[in-house]
Amino acid sequence: MSRYSVFSLLRHAATGNRGWQRAWRAASPKASYDVVIIGGGGHGLATAFYLAENHGVRNVAVLEKGYIGGGNVGRNTTVIRSNYLLDGNTQFYEFSMKLWEGMSAALNFNVMFSQRGQLVTAHSADQLDTFTHRANVMRSNGIDAEILDRDSVRKLVPYLDFSDTARFPIHGAIFQGRAGTARHDAVAWGYARAASGHGVDIIEGCEVTDFVRQGDRIVGVETTRGRIGAGRVGLAVAGHTSVLAQKAGLELPIESHLLQAFVTEPVKPLVDHVVAYGADHFYLSQSDKGGLVFGGNLDGYNSYSQRGNTGVLREVCEAAIALMPNISRLRLLRHWGGIMDMTPDASPIISLTPVDGLYLNGGWCYGGFKATPASGWCFAEMLATGETPALVRGYGLGRFRSGHMIDEAGAGPFAWLQ
Amino acid sequence: MLRIDCPCCGVRDHSEFRYGGDATAERPAHDNPDLDAWYHYVYVRANPKGLHREFWQHVLGCRQWLVVERDTVTHSIHSVSFSRRRRA
Repeated sequence: MSRYSVFSLLRHAATGNRGWQRAWRAASPKASYDVVIIGGGGHGLATAFYLAENHGVRNVAVLEKGYIGGGNVGRNTTVIRSNYLLDGNTQFYEFSMKLWEGMSAALNFNVMFSQRGQLVTAHSADQLDTFTHRANVMRSNGIDAEILDRDSVRKLVPYLDFSDTARFPIHGAIFQGRAGTARHDAVAWGYARAASGHGVDIIEGCEVTDFVRQGDRIVGVETTRGRIGAGRVGLAVAGHTSVLAQKAGLELPIESHLLQAFVTEPVKPLVDHVVAYGADHFYLSQSDKGGLVFGGNLDGYNSYSQRGNTGVLREVCEAAIALMPNISRLRLLRHWGGIMDMTPDASPIISLTPVDGLYLNGGWCYGGFKATPASGWCFAEMLATGETPALVRGYGLGRFRSGHMIDEAGAGPFAWLQ
Repeated sequence: MLRIDCPCCGVRDHSEFRYGGDATAERPAHDNPDLDAWYHYVYVRANPKGLHREFWQHVLGCRQWLVVERDTVTHSIHSVSFSRRRRA
């Protein structure tokens, strides 16, 4: 596979752009692979890439039931940050941030990673205290964090509501300068291309319908394109984790819930950072095309339908206007929904399972996009070695039994409250 | 927007209700010392793609807890009933 460079750009420009190859091979399934990864989203593709790149395991297939970029990797709001408080999360997401910083170079694909900075507004003295605690934890882990007072926030983002009539007056904010956004499709395409370049078969339109067992061990999968044998099977599907796990006889602490995202009509550059509203669950950023991208709460009841309801639409717009009254006349262009694997503690599961031959990467709740590279890195190590990497020891399935949960949202075992 | 036919109040938007989760999880007896039973009750969910029995409370209406049978793919509601059990 030829490398992208300024010279390849010039060469193709001079020859009428007729020589570009497709970004990844259209592979047909072989009879068997060393590793089969179910799910061609960001996490599955990253896993395949790091299996080949870090561990030399190249006889790998990624099975995607739809097309690359059609699932949650194309349905998120592209925010990347590592401002976590709890042990296990803090280190993992910072490792992910470091991989983001080198991703375009590592993949030879511009993922348009933009470290524009993220701030979360605080709306009381107490909230600013808890943010200060978080900032201290981050800094003690070598992560950049700043606490801003009201005047500094005003200087940075003057378009927020600083008036006397603000619904929840802004007291300050926590700011992470290295946070930002990336082009989510490019992440999928970049990993797919780089993995394919290492010999990984990326098979689109191939839905896994069942598992093949030999005794107690899983030795392959049944798919809509026939039976595929596998030395090890990695499950990396967002939304349908429990549906597939159930076919393997595995019960999980997961509920599937719908999360919507929204984008306005494009406007001139207005929002330079990612801004999150501390008084509600709401955040926004501006895409390179000019649209303001919003995210908010879950719809909050079990759902496998990738479409939302208007109640959440209204709540999100209320929060948007409470934070930024000057966008009240903007029209919403689109909104869409993705299905989230919600776990009881809002932390993911990267784990060995009681089912021999089956490895699990799921339960990303609504935070999976920023974790893409670290999740792939660690899951690849798990699939290559059969051991749990140190970085994800906190994300094991056993934590719910032992009580070692990482409950970042502090919402207890009720998935719909996360 | 889901429309839930409350047996007390009639058909209302689901924004009047609070979701209460899986109604099929069976709470172990109060003095049950079996850790596994409690683990399953608190954490493990069948999470079906299809018909789901779930609790909703009509917080902005009669405040009754209801059991709603709903399809998690199509959102069509098959039945609504009171969650309280009649005493024999």
